[in-house]
Amino acid sequence: MNIHEYQAKAILAKFGVPVPRGEAVRTREDARAAAERLGTSVVVVKAQIHAGGRGKAGGVKIAHSPDEVGLIAERMLGGKLVTAQTGPEGRIVRRLLVEEGLDIQRELYLSLLVDRAARAPVLVASAAGGMEIEEVAKQRPEAIFREVIRPATGLQPFHARKLAFGLDLPPAPANRTLPLLESLYRAFLETDATLMEINPCVITGDGRLVALDAKVNFDDNALYRHPEFEQLRDFDEETPLEVEASKFKLNYIKLDGTIACMVNGAGLAMATMDIIKLTGGNPANFLDVGGDASEARVKNAFRILLSDPRVRAVFVNVFGGILRCDMLARGIVNSAKELGIRIPVVVRMEGTNVENGKEILLRSGLNFTVADGMKDGAEKVVALAGEAR
Amino acid sequence: MSVLVDKNTRVVVQGLTGHEGTFHAQQMIDYGTKVVAGVTPGKGGTEHLGVPVFNTVAEAVEKTGANAALAFVPPAFAADAILEDVDAGVPFVVSIAEGVPLLDMVRVVAALERSTTRLLGPNCPGIISPGQAKLGIMPGFIHQRGNVGVVSRSGTLTYEAVAQLTGLGIGQSTCVGIGGDPITGTNFLDIIGMFQDDPETHSIVMIGEIGGNAEEVAADFIKKNVTKPVVGFIAGQTAPPGRRMGHAGAIISGGQGTAKEKYAALRAAGIHIVESPAEIGATMARVLGRSSRSPA
Repeated sequence: MNIHEYQAKAILAKFGVPVPRGEAVRTREDARAAAERLGTSVVVVKAQIHAGGRGKAGGVKIAHSPDEVGLIAERMLGGKLVTAQTGPEGRIVRRLLVEEGLDIQRELYLSLLVDRAARAPVLVASAAGGMEIEEVAKQRPEAIFREVIRPATGLQPFHARKLAFGLDLPPAPANRTLPLLESLYRAFLETDATLMEINPCVITGDGRLVALDAKVNFDDNALYRHPEFEQLRDFDEETPLEVEASKFKLNYIKLDGTIACMVNGAGLAMATMDIIKLTGGNPANFLDVGGDASEARVKNAFRILLSDPRVRAVFVNVFGGILRCDMLARGIVNSAKELGIRIPVVVRMEGTNVENGKEILLRSGLNFTVADGMKDGAEKVVALAGEAR
Repeated sequence: MSVLVDKNTRVVVQGLTGHEGTFHAQQMIDYGTKVVAGVTPGKGGTEHLGVPVFNTVAEAVEKTGANAALAFVPPAFAADAILEDVDAGVPFVVSIAEGVPLLDMVRVVAALERSTTRLLGPNCPGIISPGQAKLGIMPGFIHQRGNVGVVSRSGTLTYEAVAQLTGLGIGQSTCVGIGGDPITGTNFLDIIGMFQDDPETHSIVMIGEIGGNAEEVAADFIKKNVTKPVVGFIAGQTAPPGRRMGHAGAIISGGQGTAKEKYAALRAAGIHIVESPAEIGATMARVLGRSSRSPA
């Protein structure tokens, strides 16, 4: 789960990580008022969208008076921000973070994440703050400080010393490294984060360490332990069909092709997208209906697939293990009748009760195309969608 | 022979009396697996599916000599179930649960490193040595005993590959689902090493997917240590970056973990790569036909 910068900073601040003073606003008037309350000579206005690369795209502006903040807010709010991470369609800016400007001496990179290879939290830091860490890793891998935090012992003072000396920090900020890391580590564990990134973490003229930007990702699998995070979700930042699918616990990701896919199991669902592409078509989505798909779930899945106006044909590819093919077939037939499906549906079924399943489809009187194997299914659906080269 | 499980494996099923536990344990028993005990706290002393039920794993191990555990418990309780197995000294544990919090797994693998327990999963279909035993949720009937070792991060995609092999008359020694999560107890590397050492396994199918670098690490290992032919497929060639494709571990992040990179690593290791998921079985058939080794 992704959240906005202002929400991430509020969480970090709660655990004691220093962040700039600021307020999140949704109107020009509130932006101006927030700047007045800050009372600093320099104020920063930051567009709040779930994507990075905002600075280069004009989503971060500096102002020198509350009136200027108001003008900037008026231009940004409701406008489209296209960054390297949003794709060409960009994102509508609906919220701004109005923050005090700081006297910045140096910019560092700092993050905590669960590293797959180390199978533990890893602290990552670099003297090249403000740059994407992937870029630093490519250009100067030796410039990246990386320290595995062993879960049994947790964060230790020596981690902070290694980091401070490794990045050659002056004494004042060096002494503030441990409290900051302790706060960050505690925030990470207690919120079940998978990533907490402070980029840049700045050293101010008076020797403080402050999180100038913050990105936090939570572990979706641990959200049950944090029901309060539900209110941090911003539905404006999500694709409407994906929001709808999530209500039915369907794993759906919208893509830009014309062939809808309904598959059980994530690996087979990805492989189904791949074979559509290899056959000359373009998948319209990823969809895993799950191993325990009920008839109702199948119907909701169809409804969501068909709400995508680009879809010209549907490919159902199911390997029945726990999921029985006859149950699936009934779900497909009932959905087709109730939803009045008019576009071609190609069904490939294999596994438990497959003969019964095929029988149900063929006897339904509806116009299904039954395929024999994944390759045959992909060829048939690509031809029916009119995409074959 | 086979790897990790065979007809002598004695299984304790955690959550035996639950809905899922009952269904799958029955299937396992029907397949010929030696299910020797169940564990459901509070139901100790009873019997279910003709199997004695205990309150704790330690008691089940002590009374029945169980040497493998399979847990049917919800993801929120999966870490606890695995740690109970570690505590009881169970040598091999399979966790099916999908949705285990990542930081739970960080604690679990730290405990595993200090123990003699091997964990398979979580978020996996389990393991089957065809004709001998199955510990998991895969449909037994699609498998056929033979000499191909199958290892995969996926569930149904593994069934797909196995069905293709069986359809061509190519049997399997052991089929292992290592799971789709970012942190798993057992990796490609571990299983491929076991396949290399297993005399019954003559060739290997490896099914990877986008995210992480486990396939690259395995490819490097294969290049250096594996003499048996390997066929490899990677799912997610069309997956967009930055999106989790169903499995918690299937995500391209920061440009890392793409199918393209993984295929390049597989190719460099001399693995027979398959681009179409419909050709996994056929590719293995071709490799075996060409191979100078004894056919599977």
